[in-house]
Formats: sequence, structure tokens, C-alpha cells
Amino acid sequence: MRIGIDVGGTNTDAVLMQGLRVVAALKTATSADILTGIRVAIGQLLAASQVEPRRISSVTIGTTHFTNAVVSAIGLAPTAAIRLSLPSGSGVPPMSDWPPALTAAVGPNIYEVSGGYEFDGRPIAELDFAQLSRIAADIGQRRIRSIALTCVFSPLKADSELAAREFFQRELPGIRISMSHEIGRVGLLERENATIINAALLELAEVATDAFRDSLRDSGIAAPLYLSQNDGTLMEVERARRFPVTTFSSGPTNSMRGAALLSGLKDCVVIDIGGTTCDIGVLSGGFPRQATTHVEIGGVRTNFRMPDLLSLGIGGGSLVDLDDLSVGPRSVGFRLPKDALVFGGATLTATDVAVAAGAVELGDRQKVAHIDRERARAVLNRISERIAAAVDRVQTSREPLPVVLVGGGSILVDRGLPGLGTIHRPPNAGVANAVGAAIAQVGAEVDRMLTLDGKNRRAELDAVKAEAVQRVVASGADASTVELVEIDEVPVAYLPGDCVRVRAKAVGDLKIQQEAPV
Amino acid sequence: MERLRKLGIEAIRRVALGSTVLGTGGGGDPYVGRLLAEKAVREHGEVALLDPSEVPADACVFLCGMMGAPAVIVEKLPSGNEAVAAMEALARVLGRRVTHISSLEAGGINSMIPIAAAARTGLPLIDADGMGRAFPELQMLLPTLEGIRATPMSLVDEKGNTLVIDAVSNQAAEGFARVATVQMGASATMAFYPMKGSQVATALVPHSISTAHRIGEALLLARQKRLDPIAEMARQLDGREIFRGKIVDVLRRTTAGFVRGEAVVTGLEQWSGQELSLDFQNEFLVARSAAGVLVSTPDLICVADSEAGEPITTEALRYGQRVSVLAGPCYWRWRTPEGLAVVGPQAFGYQHSYVPLQS
Repeated sequence: MRIGIDVGGTNTDAVLMQGLRVVAALKTATSADILTGIRVAIGQLLAASQVEPRRISSVTIGTTHFTNAVVSAIGLAPTAAIRLSLPSGSGVPPMSDWPPALTAAVGPNIYEVSGGYEFDGRPIAELDFAQLSRIAADIGQRRIRSIALTCVFSPLKADSELAAREFFQRELPGIRISMSHEIGRVGLLERENATIINAALLELAEVATDAFRDSLRDSGIAAPLYLSQNDGTLMEVERARRFPVTTFSSGPTNSMRGAALLSGLKDCVVIDIGGTTCDIGVLSGGFPRQATTHVEIGGVRTNFRMPDLLSLGIGGGSLVDLDDLSVGPRSVGFRLPKDALVFGGATLTATDVAVAAGAVELGDRQKVAHIDRERARAVLNRISERIAAAVDRVQTSREPLPVVLVGGGSILVDRGLPGLGTIHRPPNAGVANAVGAAIAQVGAEVDRMLTLDGKNRRAELDAVKAEAVQRVVASGADASTVELVEIDEVPVAYLPGDCVRVRAKAVGDLKIQQEAPV
Repeated sequence: MERLRKLGIEAIRRVALGSTVLGTGGGGDPYVGRLLAEKAVREHGEVALLDPSEVPADACVFLCGMMGAPAVIVEKLPSGNEAVAAMEALARVLGRRVTHISSLEAGGINSMIPIAAAARTGLPLIDADGMGRAFPELQMLLPTLEGIRATPMSLVDEKGNTLVIDAVSNQAAEGFARVATVQMGASATMAFYPMKGSQVATALVPHSISTAHRIGEALLLARQKRLDPIAEMARQLDGREIFRGKIVDVLRRTTAGFVRGEAVVTGLEQWSGQELSLDFQNEFLVARSAAGVLVSTPDLICVADSEAGEPITTEALRYGQRVSVLAGPCYWRWRTPEGLAVVGPQAFGYQHSYVPLQS
């Protein structure tokens, strides 16, 4: 049996799953130290289902812990940003466009060194070890604890980053190092930014994953621990210690993937209504459609794959004005259990309106008895109209997709959505995010520039696909379940020789031992 | 409106944003160029911007910018010194000192390279460019219509390789420069079209930097005030939104070192039930509906995210994007028979003749 846990800003949600069936689910408040909340959630989950800890085969955690560290610039290690690129690149040095607070939190400790490759693998310049040696001395002297290595075109050829890492490991024993070719794709600044952030998070990742493991051990669970990534796949905890940056934005992804499982639909629109926002996204083949624009994290531009979401300021905690029937975007957020009228508070929220309209039984009905039922219904109608219009905007095909409604705030939509046909409301919709964490798959992506001139295109592409599949299996997937989910071939402009950039992504189910029936 | 006389950090940001609109889907993402220009201005001071009418008749003017694959330029970043080296190389060949710099194109990363070059050399930048938008080839500049030669030209890379080309025609110069650029690692910086100050008034598209600045300013303001960014963009282009919909298909193929392709957009709202196809060769060239050609080169076609109003480059086109297609008139000289011979539909291999965008 598997446990999935989603640690959000307000709630820590947890589910216990047998195969693809939810056995138990619960919501608890997120604790300030995060770990207490996880321990409490696991304890309650096991108690409620009367399942012994030894029967748990895996635990997956989705967390905003590392994102929050970057956004608040707290808990980051002093980090050296080393770029292997000279003579190219000095016109735009590392960390050129970072917000000052984040720059100060990690350094700045910027080094540019001779090295790097052309698009076809020729060296721009030889890697200069004399320069690396001087940098090592400086890093030692300034007590810098992490290194981010970024080499031009390293996603095509990683030799220099590997050589530099080996050098620094020898010169500065115990130093933590991140290499850009393991983190991002072609697009130097975005990949370098992500690598620097990752390196700065390495210490925190060790502390946090140790604590995650401790909370499992305290709960008597010996099963392996995984963390979920931004693309809906998971990674082993050892990998999470090396790549904390890949946990960013896993929350919305988990929510959508959980919705897919709970509804049994692989191609659908998912509406996730929480306390403050309503996030609408499209699932295609069971995975969220990805955003195409650059994603900023803590004000830093990166090229992570993030779900393409349309967010409306509508949620269970949204403030409501009965005079003009307006809802949100202001919300009482995590204070909803205290501030809403039905819970004895003094603020009129969307949840109160849903109770007044008779859409849901919740809290103390008497507290909203003064609200005109028709008026309340008109507010809910307005909410449904706005959501329906947004769903229409995210649809990509002429055939309307089925719609799945999840999240704690889904009580606001108790009837249909105008013009959208059937709405699926799967059971356990309130903890879809934890379900998504529990069922996360293993994935891997390969990004290559290929010169196809005179070569067999099919064979070249097949080699890239095969590498993606191999990487997934190496990451712990069951080989029999691996499938290629994405292949994207973009010709590179202005180059003769039929040059293309190919991205291949493969995913598979996590290999775990056979489960005994309950 | 007060004339733009100096380019500092804030002005550069606006010009960069405006240049994504004038890039008409090509020209590369100006983000790297913006950071390059910002650094140069921080280190060397603001750039003086001159009205074309203020350029002395005996001035020695060079155009400068980059050639190469946008996908490479975002990975192998410039050293920042290339444009200066290119201008020095050209000056050596000509035996003349450059006194004024101008842009080759108003769209994309090449809107930024001359700003950085002007900051580093302390030379004034002329508020003009060679295209008034972006085009894919180096002979597709207004000076070609004036009989001004692109060569002698210099081509340099970040490693210090310097090449001087003297070609029999601007078209031939394009061919040689393209091959050399690949050898240099698929991105190179050039100084070319040396001209006299007296030629500037007729050989360049006037006021394109202040136009990009005005567009950028308007888009920022629209974002701040939450106005419809698409309507604002249309107004700034002196054009209109010709279609709104979702991208349902993108085809790309490489021919002769260029990416040509087609995107199909299926209509939404008032265009529901209709389809629009967009042809591109790095830049958008032709917009066609069932009724025939709606807009074609040299008029401007810009595709932007309908929600955010963010222009989308042809490289970034993806299935499922919700887009607005805008069209605006090109600089008037491109609409003359001589202009159309260089950048009209037939210059790109189309059979149809040019139909000017009706305002």
C-alpha cells in the first residue's frame, strides 16, 4: 500500500492507497516545522485504516518547502556560480537579472572561466585548470559551501562540467556541487539560474529529507521515500537531495494527476478549487499540458516545465459582496476555519454563500439564515459562469473535453457549469493532490541538437528515444511499463545541414514489490 | 510627446518589449540582448539617441547586429565586445573612423546589440533602422533599395575570429555571411552597410527606436491598468486584430538553412467556425483564410498570447496556444515596386502579388 502526502501552505493532505484505490484520506493543518504535520498525518492515516506500518510499500511527499525557501530567501547556502564559457558570455554574467535579496542570500560569488562548446561539440576554448585552481583557493578562503557549474552547450556535451566537478571535489573535499547538464536544457541563463538555486538548496535538502525520513521512521514505516517533481513524476529521496529544485510547483501537477486517477479520465479539463484560487488546466494523456512561457521562481527566470494553468481568484475563502454579487479575488485563505460566518467568524465568504444557498451542509447553518436564499444562489451562478468561461478558454480542440472538479472549494459548484455538459466529481476530490503524489510515475527527458545532414533521421531520433527510455529505467521504473509520452522536433533556424533540436520524454510506473491484498 | 534623447535602463526595457512586437515572430528573443545592453549602459553610461535629421552629412555610419540561430544565441552568449570589434575591423578596411551607429533591424535581439555597441564606444545611435521590423536575410534592408552596398562588411565571433567580405551584390553577401556564421559557431556579429550621413534620411526607416519604445511603454501601461493588451498593440501598430483563436497545428521544416513552416489557428469568439493559416520563414510572412490572403509580407504580422498580450516567436509556437493575430502596415517604401522586389511575397517564393493591408 502506498501513502501520498501533499504539504501545502495551509493543509497537509494524506492518502493511503491500495493499488489505484483510496483506502483512507485526511486533511490536517500544516505545522510550522512541516515534519510534525507529516508525522500526525501518517499516524492518523494508519490509525483510521488500521493498517500496520510494515504494509506500506512507498511514501511520496509533494512539498513547497524548497520553493518557499527561495521565495523568502531563507535557508540558502553561500554558493559559487562558476560558468565555463570564456571568451563567450561575459556580456551577460551569471545572476545578471536576479532580485537583490536573493543575490545577497547566496553570494554573489561569480566566476567565469575559459571553456564551453559550440552547438556541434567543438570547444569554444580549452578548459583552464589554472583558473579553476585559483577559484578553488578563493572558495576555500571565503567559506563558500556550494558550487554551481554551468558550461556552454553542456546538455549536448557534459565532459567539461564533469571534469570541473572532479577537480573541485579533489581540491575542496566535502563541497556540494550541482552541474547544469543534470538540471536544465538548452538556454544558458535559465539553466544556470536553476543550477545556482539548486546548489544553494543542497544543504537544506539534506536537512529536510533527513527529517522526512525521521518522521517515517518514527511512524514505524521502513518503506522507501519519494518526492514528487514539477512534471508529475517522482524521484527517489537520494535524488531529491541532489536536485531539490525539481520539486518546484509539484502541487498543481499532483492535483491534476490525482484528478485523472480519481475520475478515470486521461484527457480532460481539471478544475481545482481551493481556498483562494481556482486553477484550471488540461490533462492530455494523463499528464498536465505544459506552459510554454518562461517560469519565474522567486523573481528568477528558469525554464522548468510547469503545468499551463489559468488561475481565477475564486475559492472557498473568497470574500463576497452580496450587493453586486462579486466574489474574490481577496480571500481569508488559511483562516477560513475561523473567519467564515458558518464557523463562527465575522467574514462573509463564498463558503457561507454555498451554505446559505443550500448547496452544502457545513458548519452552523443558523449563522447564515439572514442571507436571502435567491441572492446566495445568484452568487453561485455568477461563480459557475466565470469558471465556465475560463474552461472554454483552455479547451484546445473543437470537441469539448470532459470536466473534472476537485479541491476543497468544489462545493461552490453544486450544479452544472453552463455549456459544458457532464461534470465529474470523483470521490476523495478534496485530497486529489495527495492522490497525485501517491501515484506519481518515474520520468526522464533528453534534449539534443542533431545534425541530420547525410544521416538516417529515423535512426538518430530512435537513439534519442532509446536514451530517454534507458534513463527512466535507470531512475527506478518498471521497464515493462515505460512509454514515450512526448517527442518534440524543432528545426534550428539559419543553419544549413538540417539541424534539429529534439526533446524526448519517457515515463513509467515505479518498480515496487508485489503488494499483498488487504 | 517629448522626444527620446537618451537610452538608459528604463528606456532599454521599453524598447526591448516593443521590439518583440516589431520582430513579427522572428529576430530572436531580445532578453539576452536587453541584459547585454543594460550591462553596457550601467558600465559606460547612457546612449545618446539622434534624430536622423541631426546626423551631419559627412558622418560615417555603420549598421551593426547579429546573424545566427536564435536557439544558439540563447546558449552561447556574446562576450559583449563583438560589435566593437566588428566596427573596428570595418573601419580598418575602409580607412575611416565610424562616427554614428544604427540598427539593422527594429525587431528582436538586434534592437539591443547596437545600443550596447553605442554605450561601449560612446558613439551616438541614430533613431532609425534598416527594416522597420525584422526580416530573415541581410539584403532585405532599405539601403539595398538606395543602391547602397552591404559590403565591405565585417563578421566577427566571440573568439576573436574576424572576417571581411566584399561581395558583388548584397544577395551574394548574405550567402557568404551565412556560411561563415555556421563556422563561427552559428552566431556572429557584423558591421556593414557603411554609408554617409547624407544618405541616412532616405536609406533608413526613421524613428524606429522611439517607435519600439512607444509600443513597449503602451504595453507596460496596459498591463498596469489592466487594459486589453491586444487592443493596445493593434493601436500602436496602427493596425488591427485580424483573428483570434487556438493553434491546432504547427508544421516546420528546414530548407536552405531556414525554418519555414505553417501554423493553423482555429477561430474563437467572432471568428468561431473559421480557420487562419500563418506561413513563416523565421518571421511571419503570410496570413491566409478560406477567402484568400488576408495579410502578407512586407506588412507586419504579429502573434500574441490573447491573455497576457505577450508576443510569441515562431520558434515558440505550440499546439493549443490561445493567440491573437495582429496586422499592421509596413514602412511605405517597402510597398513600392522596388521595395516589393526585395521583401514582397515573390521575394520569398510566393506566386501571389502583394495586397496592402486595408486600415
